[in-house]
Amino acid sequence: MIPWFGWLTAILMIGGLYWGFFETPDRLSDQKEYYRIIYIHVGAAWMSMWLYVVLAAWALAGLVLQTRLSYMMAAAIAPTGAIATFLALWTGAFWGKTSWGTWWDWDPRMTSELILLFLYMGYMALQSAIDDPRRADRASALLALVGVVCVPVIFWSINCPDPNECAALHQTSRPGGGNMDPNILIAMLVTALAFWMYSFYVILIRVRGIILERERHTTWVNEILEEKR
Amino acid sequence: MSAISDFFHANGYGFYIWGSYGAAILLMAGEIIAAKQQHRTILKRLSRMARMNAAEEDE
Repeated sequence: MIPWFGWLTAILMIGGLYWGFFETPDRLSDQKEYYRIIYIHVGAAWMSMWLYVVLAAWALAGLVLQTRLSYMMAAAIAPTGAIATFLALWTGAFWGKTSWGTWWDWDPRMTSELILLFLYMGYMALQSAIDDPRRADRASALLALVGVVCVPVIFWSINCPDPNECAALHQTSRPGGGNMDPNILIAMLVTALAFWMYSFYVILIRVRGIILERERHTTWVNEILEEKR
Repeated sequence: MSAISDFFHANGYGFYIWGSYGAAILLMAGEIIAAKQQHRTILKRLSRMARMNAAEEDE
């Protein structure tokens, strides 16, 4: 099943980018050529938040139900989420440099996204710092749950109900809310979907390894190893 | 200028656009390769351990 997600990622990404680069106007009314960064910026930013919510949900499931698989899923998600967060910040910096004239600003959106990156890194560091896997799972799950407060802050830092209360430089992110060209919107949604598929792909590869590692004393793992021999 | 170099030049914003896309491709491809590599390493280590256990049982 895993290769399917790989192929879907490739198809959606190529399709979305083709549409985004060749079937769209060269310029928006207020933005210039550099808006094309949108196709990876939005997908990456979207994944960075969603993956954290999913990670925290698995962590909660692990704490409440004491299931081993939920912790393994959470651990497998973290690196992908961290990379998505980093990419959102990186592409945002390149975009900011062209449209606002600065690589970085301590704007609420960027600052809270940066904190999200630190949360992912803290989660991974805590997980690998504790030798006993079960204790590591529980401790890092707790950290993940506390960190969830960051996600709504990121979301509402630019989508707050009263625009006067928003101190953000960053534009709001309501699809169709602005005067976005429908072609750009379609391409953006397709590439965002490609990011979803990419996340499934790489997270499943990673969780497969984690499961084998942790269940190495069970008979079914040994049977697989026998077959490979 | 040819159409291709126009495309990469992107009205002077080429550096910013390709700087973003380059980082994305590098990190995502790197992540896939690293995850697959890690999976192979785990398989190898575990099958070595299984072989060692089997050898001990034979003795």
